[in-house]
Amino acid sequence: MSTPTLMSFEDALAAFDPAMGLEVHVELNTASKMFCGCPTGFGAEPNTQVCPVCLGLPGAMPVVNRVAVESAIRIGLALNCRIAEWCRFARKNYFYPDMPKNFQTSQYDEPIAFDGWTEVAVDTADGLETFRVEIERAHMEEDTGKSLHVGGATGRIHGADHSLVDYNRAGIPLIEIVTKPIMGAREKAPLVAKAYVGQLRELLLGLGVSDVRMEQGSLRCDVNLSLSPAGEGTLGTRTETKNVNSLRSVERAAHYEVSRQSAILADGGRIIQETRHWHEDTGVTTSGREKSDAEDYRYFPEPDLVPVAPSREWVEELRGTLPEPPRERRGRLQESWGFSDLEMRDTVGAGALVLVEQTVAAGASPQAARKWWLSELARQANEQGVELVDLPVTPADVARVQALVDEGRINDKLARQVFDGVLDGEGTPDEVIASRRLEVVSDDGALSAAVDDAIAAHPDVADKIRDGKVAAAGALIGAVMKQMRGQADAGRVRELILEKLHA
Amino acid sequence: MSDLTRRTAAELAEALASGDTSSVELTEAHLDRITYVDGEVHAFLHVDTDGVLAQARAADDRRAAGTPASGLDGVPIAVKDVLATQGLPTTCGSRILEGWVPPYDATVVQRLRRAGLPILGKTNMDEFAMGSSTEHSAYGPTHNPWDLDRIPGGSGGGSAAAVAAFEAPWAIGTDTGGSIRQPGAVTGTVGMKPTYGGVSRYGLIALANSLDQAGPVTRTVLDAALLHEVIGGHDPLDSTSIDQPLPDVVAAARHGADGDMTGVRVGVVKELTGEGYQVGVQARFDEAVQLLMEAGAEVVEVSCPSFVHALAAYYLILPAEASSNLARFDAMRYGLRVLPDGIDAPSAEEVMRATRDAGFGDEVKRRIILGTYALSSGYYDAYYGQAQKVRTLISRDFQAAFEQVDVLVSPTAPTTAFRLGEKLDDPVAMYLNDLATIPANLAGVPGISVPSGLAEEDGLPTGVQVLAPAMADDRVYRVGAALETLLTDRWGGPLLARAPELTGATA
Repeated sequence: MSTPTLMSFEDALAAFDPAMGLEVHVELNTASKMFCGCPTGFGAEPNTQVCPVCLGLPGAMPVVNRVAVESAIRIGLALNCRIAEWCRFARKNYFYPDMPKNFQTSQYDEPIAFDGWTEVAVDTADGLETFRVEIERAHMEEDTGKSLHVGGATGRIHGADHSLVDYNRAGIPLIEIVTKPIMGAREKAPLVAKAYVGQLRELLLGLGVSDVRMEQGSLRCDVNLSLSPAGEGTLGTRTETKNVNSLRSVERAAHYEVSRQSAILADGGRIIQETRHWHEDTGVTTSGREKSDAEDYRYFPEPDLVPVAPSREWVEELRGTLPEPPRERRGRLQESWGFSDLEMRDTVGAGALVLVEQTVAAGASPQAARKWWLSELARQANEQGVELVDLPVTPADVARVQALVDEGRINDKLARQVFDGVLDGEGTPDEVIASRRLEVVSDDGALSAAVDDAIAAHPDVADKIRDGKVAAAGALIGAVMKQMRGQADAGRVRELILEKLHA
Repeated sequence: MSDLTRRTAAELAEALASGDTSSVELTEAHLDRITYVDGEVHAFLHVDTDGVLAQARAADDRRAAGTPASGLDGVPIAVKDVLATQGLPTTCGSRILEGWVPPYDATVVQRLRRAGLPILGKTNMDEFAMGSSTEHSAYGPTHNPWDLDRIPGGSGGGSAAAVAAFEAPWAIGTDTGGSIRQPGAVTGTVGMKPTYGGVSRYGLIALANSLDQAGPVTRTVLDAALLHEVIGGHDPLDSTSIDQPLPDVVAAARHGADGDMTGVRVGVVKELTGEGYQVGVQARFDEAVQLLMEAGAEVVEVSCPSFVHALAAYYLILPAEASSNLARFDAMRYGLRVLPDGIDAPSAEEVMRATRDAGFGDEVKRRIILGTYALSSGYYDAYYGQAQKVRTLISRDFQAAFEQVDVLVSPTAPTTAFRLGEKLDDPVAMYLNDLATIPANLAGVPGISVPSGLAEEDGLPTGVQVLAPAMADDRVYRVGAALETLLTDRWGGPLLARAPELTGATA
């Protein structure tokens, strides 16, 4: 496969306007599947969470999961959608070995929720900007099984010796949320895409309807992108990039497609309407199957199910269970935390709003929570190339570390080592402290001896302090800390030095 | 003990209750009968000798302990091979399901077991219930016990022939466009298609989900009602199952047996008589209507103008749903798997193609192609969408008719049993057999076929169909039972008593 020519993002934007459509698949966290009673837990032995219904055995029939409908309605309401008074499931017919019935029970022209919008706060060079993203629809469907291609170098089907299929995932309820074309974002389009998916994730988390873990596939994003000549306001031919499974990739994939498509168009070529695959490692998209009119899913209403007709009373009841809308929520949190606009912007921009909120709920002060997430942990996430939320550290862990600092049992330096341990999977903060022996020493006996050593080793410094130059104590504290390998209570060390030197 | 096989299921239940016979004895009698005649009839695809005897012994034990599972405990039954039976092969008459043994029971089967009915085996059918003659079975046709050179109707020819040939006291059939009623008519048996949603479809391997309905295949109307009561009623596993109590069909059948039709309004459907109906079929039908009138029924002619479009709409909706239902037979998880010739390491797609090519018969392929076409983008509105509109019109015709009358009647099938092979090369002629039965499926209303006599010209059985509004299944039982009483009195005994004796020669 030849490497495509790319145009620089800046040049591309000078000539073209990007339009994006984002399709997000969310796996619901219902206890049972969309159409049967099988459990939905992640990571079970292959093909142990299956029954005649989700295996599509001849004669088996689906029954709609009421909780999944409830979740779909709540998602629709949270996205300011209208909720259908009457809608049906439809069969999407196509052959694939990991799809047991060779049709997917989905919704077609009658989605449960439609015509909504959501506001997205985007951290741009110009500050926190709000974009309104229109929601086309949110509909219910079932997930497919999962194919594992064995024997190939890439894990892809090409080159594999054989494939194995795990049907545990088949029938897990999915909500597909589709935006209308997002236009006019210009160079901020990739940022808007990332912010939309990130904030949609927070919204879903707030609703409690999904685990929204991108790395486990419980939130999957397809990025549709097209270009049109700048200023014309038309829609060009789009590509649909699949497999975009991290927030960072959403931004990168949009960025890449702008550069790729613009190079083709500028060269007089045309964009092929096709599915493209995103490659996290190389940061490029490659052509998948060509999408054309030949692909005909032969949708028709699922005759084994009756229409879903949520009563208005039920819908209103569910509306009452919605969490606060994002904008109001941000305002309330900023006020209660006492954050400056800049602090708030950084927190939202880093995708740390929920994390800070949960850390505060676990007992930390807002400033401490913000400090850890936006400095030490943001650095770690950046190094690992993941989002904050994907780090294996919980808000409760962060609150615990801060509590230990507040108690004087560790200091900031040790706290960073505690986080290293937690991130390395060594256990909870307390377990890491115990196993790495990280507790600060505030025992006067040990400290006193170390202070005596330091005074003896640095008589000149000691004299200055005796003469009243208290600021010089820092050098002695440093020496003590070094001797204690950082595990000393710096405040107590200072007190001891001053005491001993009668300063 | 051939006399045991001649008795109705109701009579057998009484004999079991009084201790005159045992379930093992009468199950053995039926197994013997199967051994004797099924070589020529070929009603069964699979006889579960060991299993049914074990179930019969268990039934006898329950009776002996004074704890029968139901009033029918121990009366054996045959089941159409379209219903999933745990541990028993289920093929739908297709090669593609050869060797498949379901890990679960259809709800209907589960209810049979719960009532203590030992299952003799699985009966033959047109492949995936596509056909009106049982000639489309991949395992060879079933022969009509009245004339072995003729078809037993279809798709449930196996169940009807088994009951007509006294191989089973009763059986379960399924009816998508007449597959219970038309075989009933051409074999001189009773076939009942309940209200859509009245009997669970869970485990019924779908031909056309919006039309399919399982129901009783019996020799008397009372037996049909008794069986209906066993299998009917709401099932949470079938979302289209109606969550309402079943009407008292047994009481209705007993009531109707008095032959008094005073006050019952009967509509003769204008569009389902006359032209296209064999003379002898029409004559027997007219006679039946005359008898109803004499018994006090108020008979009027009603028009259901949209019924003339029923066949066309049916042959769009059915293939559309079927094409999608049959997509799952892809050799990936169960059933037949054929590796294509000349390909070293075939892909999944190549295996699917080879398997479906080898595993499906011509009629199935024909309907998959029809249905795929009808659902295609650009054609959907013209075909599937339009057919659904016709369906609505047909429902409205029924509604209007049932404002005037309590039940509708027509001949069940336009002809008596035709000869094997006669219509095999003419699908449209074959489809026309279901002309009178299809409207009930499109509208979801119940219908029963009861024997109306023998056609003069060929001496073969004919049937009359009684239709009622949805969830008024009791009405068809009442009128069906009345017709049965009136006609049996006239014949001086059941119609099947006039069927020729089978010789037991192997076909």
